[in-house]
Amino acid sequence: MSDQPSSDKKVIPIAVAAGEAAVPESPTGAMIRTLGLVSAICGLIIVGAYQGTYDAVAANKRIATERAVFKVLPKAKSIEEFVAQAGGGIARVGAGDTAIAAGAVKFFAAYDDAGKLAGIAAEGVGKGYADNVRIMFGYQPDCQCVVGIGVVAMRETPGIGDKIITDREFLANFTALDVKLKADLSALANEVKVVKRGSKTDPWQIDAIAGATITSRAVGKAINDSAQALLPRLVPKLDTLATKS
Amino acid sequence: MNTAQYKTWDEFTEGIWRQNPVFVMVLGMCPVLAVSVSAVNALSMGLATMFVLVCSCGLVSLLRRMVPKEVRIAVYIVIIATFVTAVDYAIQAISLALYDALGAFIQLIVVNCIILGRAEAHASKNPPLPAMLNAAGMGIGFAVGLFALGAVREILGAGTLFGITLFGASFQPWVIMVLPPGGFFVLGAWLLFFAWLERRKLRRAAPTTEAGQHV
Repeated sequence: MSDQPSSDKKVIPIAVAAGEAAVPESPTGAMIRTLGLVSAICGLIIVGAYQGTYDAVAANKRIATERAVFKVLPKAKSIEEFVAQAGGGIARVGAGDTAIAAGAVKFFAAYDDAGKLAGIAAEGVGKGYADNVRIMFGYQPDCQCVVGIGVVAMRETPGIGDKIITDREFLANFTALDVKLKADLSALANEVKVVKRGSKTDPWQIDAIAGATITSRAVGKAINDSAQALLPRLVPKLDTLATKS
Repeated sequence: MNTAQYKTWDEFTEGIWRQNPVFVMVLGMCPVLAVSVSAVNALSMGLATMFVLVCSCGLVSLLRRMVPKEVRIAVYIVIIATFVTAVDYAIQAISLALYDALGAFIQLIVVNCIILGRAEAHASKNPPLPAMLNAAGMGIGFAVGLFALGAVREILGAGTLFGITLFGASFQPWVIMVLPPGGFFVLGAWLLFFAWLERRKLRRAAPTTEAGQHV
């Protein structure tokens, strides 16, 4: 029995070759050689493209972040990146560092012309109608309030959900949105809440856009979650950020 | 020599008109419908696809004699993916806003059937120059198709072209045109237009041949 398959193998290729002219099987070595060569060429091209564009991409990303921060904190002229670590305490992020430890929250300290603190900017994420809505908000330590928001990324419906960046009444919610901490600095004194349009009574509430409630709630949740995580760690250390280092 | 030149030229124009990937072959509809919300996005996507198409067809054609048929698809996909990665970095370097607008569709060029189809059907059987010309023609055809959709959708859906406002403040944008259904409407209208052109050409051609036969 064991002979049978091997003799089959010998017969069949000959029959095929006789029938269909010459389409010989390629030797394994040739396949490996070709795949290896192609992979090597492709690897070189990718590395070349990565190296060639690295500086431009990094510069673009920095400019995009700066623009987003300057938009929510108009007085700012320069920014520095920090992380608030899980155990408390804040650390500066160097130019090359991109990895962030688990539980740490990234934020930007913005400084004005004179090098004095103009505000803090941080990102927040909330689930919107189509996808996550990522926003940047500006925090003013003097009034302990949110003083402006901008959208970093969203895929909300044009003309409906994307009103969160154009609707003046909605944006008026973020001229002095209260995010004061409790006396023991453990959490926000009042959660940021999105309420039905026209029923805002307290400074920590946000009037939703009629017809775009889900997107409005995403913004509220993004600010609340991010502020809850960041501010209890940040506020005790604000003195260390008062002037540009 | 003359006929060879003519043939090469023919291969170039084939993809632009007679075999236009968008309007005649109706291939690669996923990026066509998704990315054509504005003229800039559509044109960038078209150019990115064209670059990948030309480079990968050139490389496939150069390697065509040494690629065993059993592993050819794997080889083509690796080559295509390489150039897509290069384009991905290039667009990030040019503009992050554009990169965000195009989203996942840049990476998805890898699985665009136009490119694999060209590599398999044309580049693997022809020398580099005709292969790249043919690929360039297809790429231009694809970019033109995308631009035709993107321009119409931007004009109707936002009242702008390349971000320049075309109408006065009284223009009420036709928002549905920048939403997904608008892509289907505009594509349908373009296909209708090209079908009508084809019909008209046939109608005009028919009487003359009949007359020729009678005489």
